[in-house]
Amino acid sequence: MTTSEVKPAAAPASEAILGNERKWTDYFTFSTDHKVIGIQYLVTAFVFYMIGGALATAMRTELATPAPDFVTPDVYNGLLTLHGTVMLFLWIVPAGAGLANYLIPLMIGARDMAFPRLNAIAFWLIPPSGILLISSFFFEPPTAGWTSYPPLSLNTGMLGEGIWILSILIGGTASILGGLNFLVTILKMRVPSMPLTKMPLFCWAMIATSLLILISTPVLAGALILLAFDLIAGTAFFNPTGGGNPVVYQHMFWFYSHPAVYIFVLPLFGAISEVIPVHARKPIFGYRAIAYSSLVISFLGLIVWAHHMFTSGTPPWLRMFFMITTMVIAVPTGIKVFGWLATLWGGKIAFTSAMLFALGFIATFLIGGISGVMLAAVPFDIHVHDTYFVVAHFHYVLFGGSVFGVYMAVYHWFPKMTGRMMNETWGRIHFALTFIGMNLTFMPMHELGLMGMNRRIALYDPQFTDLNVVATIGSYIMAVSTIPFIINAIWSWRYGQKAPANPWRALTLEWQTLSPPIIENFEELPVLQTGPYDYGLGYIPEKDPAELYSHAGEPAAAT
Amino acid sequence: MLLGIVVTLISLWYGQNHGLLPVAASAEAILVDGLFNVMMTISCGLFLLVEGALIFSIIRFRRREGDDEDGVHLEGNIPLEIVWTAIPAVIVFGISIYSFDIYSEMGGLDLMNHNSTPTEAVKIAYAPDLENGDMPLLSDVGLGEPPSSAGQPALEVNVSGLQYAFIFTYPDSGIVDGELHIPSGQLVRLNLQAQDVLHAFWLPEFRVKQDMIPGQETRLVLEATREGTYPVVCAELCGPYHGGMRTQLIVHSPEEYDDWVQSKVAQGNTAETLANLPGSDRTDAQYLANFVEPLDLDIDADALAQLQAMPHAHMASHS
Repeated sequence: MTTSEVKPAAAPASEAILGNERKWTDYFTFSTDHKVIGIQYLVTAFVFYMIGGALATAMRTELATPAPDFVTPDVYNGLLTLHGTVMLFLWIVPAGAGLANYLIPLMIGARDMAFPRLNAIAFWLIPPSGILLISSFFFEPPTAGWTSYPPLSLNTGMLGEGIWILSILIGGTASILGGLNFLVTILKMRVPSMPLTKMPLFCWAMIATSLLILISTPVLAGALILLAFDLIAGTAFFNPTGGGNPVVYQHMFWFYSHPAVYIFVLPLFGAISEVIPVHARKPIFGYRAIAYSSLVISFLGLIVWAHHMFTSGTPPWLRMFFMITTMVIAVPTGIKVFGWLATLWGGKIAFTSAMLFALGFIATFLIGGISGVMLAAVPFDIHVHDTYFVVAHFHYVLFGGSVFGVYMAVYHWFPKMTGRMMNETWGRIHFALTFIGMNLTFMPMHELGLMGMNRRIALYDPQFTDLNVVATIGSYIMAVSTIPFIINAIWSWRYGQKAPANPWRALTLEWQTLSPPIIENFEELPVLQTGPYDYGLGYIPEKDPAELYSHAGEPAAAT
Repeated sequence: MLLGIVVTLISLWYGQNHGLLPVAASAEAILVDGLFNVMMTISCGLFLLVEGALIFSIIRFRRREGDDEDGVHLEGNIPLEIVWTAIPAVIVFGISIYSFDIYSEMGGLDLMNHNSTPTEAVKIAYAPDLENGDMPLLSDVGLGEPPSSAGQPALEVNVSGLQYAFIFTYPDSGIVDGELHIPSGQLVRLNLQAQDVLHAFWLPEFRVKQDMIPGQETRLVLEATREGTYPVVCAELCGPYHGGMRTQLIVHSPEEYDDWVQSKVAQGNTAETLANLPGSDRTDAQYLANFVEPLDLDIDADALAQLQAMPHAHMASHS
């Protein structure tokens, strides 16, 4: 650009574009662009998902037979600890943060997050946290489970446990920074024409998630720092030999880790509320009910933690109190599920891969929700606590909810992120394998737990062999199911069919810019013309409106 | 309407015939199973209803080829939303009340009455006169005596958990054993404690479980209703051989139980019993050897010998 080319109005905009073209190396740098950071989060999280999945497959291989023959019981405990920690702290939390990063500014018509540098710092805390944790496997893995209850966690090896604590402290810090950023961005950076009640439901879900992160994560950090003192400095906050109380750790741990379940699943509740209306061509049913139920879940999620401790050192009144609060949380969750169902009812459902995963989400999450209400009932929980019934329950919630949700989101927003369409046929194959494998793995675990198989064991009573073999076969199918997805994603990213700006003809703002969006997101900040879900009012958006390209020159140049 | 009746009938049938629970061998188990069957009936109905609606929508409301139109513009329906808020609320309220009732029948609330053995209160320097009675929310932990028992005397057994065994001590007769023997039809009070890390004492056929916490005694009171041999399982991760921390519960008829007590007292060799329990000075292989027989594990002698030749894993050095 030279001074001779300056034109009064249009030039500053095009100058900005030409000066800031996206390079592939941006994805490996300290970029402050929320779109780059979002993709960095998602890809990093997926790598850790593969690692966590490999650990799980090793565990299922071990459990194919009652005897500890594939790995030693010691190694098995390392596997189960790392599997839980990696999946929760390095896969689901960063995946949710990745979606939020990518989508929030686009959905509310902002040019970036409120604190772009903080955003980049939050992301760049994740790789060290993850590499640290994974590396512990090669020295001395932590073996006290992802809950890391003392006194066991204090006498299974200082190095592994110390690494585990440090890794989670780093990851937790990243999460807090991210949560703060999301909240401020959503509250302060919406386009002027967008009131809170015209905001996409994903943003509502992220408000609820961010509040939970900000309130509960510091408590986990406190618990872990005290645990680290016990471990390294020999204090006795939780160590009974010095007069400490191990039950206090459990309270502090679950004060974070139960809300954490909602931190894992609420972003995907938000995402499915975006996907279903678009692919069913129908407004979301009960916008306000779904929006406010996120906040209700977020509040109730803070006062249910001791239901993880019904068989621990909790007095009777406390067991009864937490039973009732836990039961109540089924109501707002039910509102959401019924709302999604009613959205589908009377719609025109297109069976895209995104929609298939959304349907799988509802079908499996329902089972996790039902078993969750059962587990809330104290007398029944006393029987099944710490058994495979619980393992089945939380995998139906976290795999059926979060993992199906992340896949759904990727199929839905991949065209926006990369400017290429994903292959639908392979998407359907991926869905079928995942759905079958998931149910085959986790459904038998309900019966195993009820019949008397406790969790976290490398060797088990041979009467449980048959169902365990079924579960192991299911886990292999799940492992295989990721192959079509990986090939599809990489191949589509490189060679997929070019995506128009709005391939699903959606109404939310992220589709009203190019695919992928320009660096500054929008040429001109958009003005809200319709609500986010106003389908059926005769307004059908164009797939590829020509005016989007007016500033960018030829359409072909917009890749 | 017809559909509703069919769903109800299937749910009612499945709630009673799910076959998902092991045999019920205690008074507590019968109560818990009643609760589970009710929840299973409701769950089954809800499951069929929601999954049915989902599948119906998928078939009936699928997009036809070439139809690019939108569906009907329907933003919500307040009465319908109130209905599906109210129904789950009523259901969970009902389950809560039922659970509360079952829990008090199992003796869970008994511990709130401070008539049990008073624990020695810790004297706090700045408030030396503070007594337990000033803290109404503190109480013993576990399950107490069911209100229906009306002061019937209970057989007392002290249970100690350690990596990776349970030790049962009978204070009345001085018996120490690695297996739990109890008479049927009598209340048994188990005082649980842990010596090293957290353990949990679980009797699947009795549907009761309670964590064993180092430094805090917990309690279970139960009543066997069916003679037989049942597993005792540790249900809290306690180390690599957590899966092997199991023993047996043998429910005798009262007469058989008296015979067992007599023979044990006559033997009087509690020291030998203790020596046979897995202590903390053993190698991995010795731990494992202990579990091969009771678990009927498929480990051949070669594998065991191989393990024996291996150097200590870090577990042994830390415990």
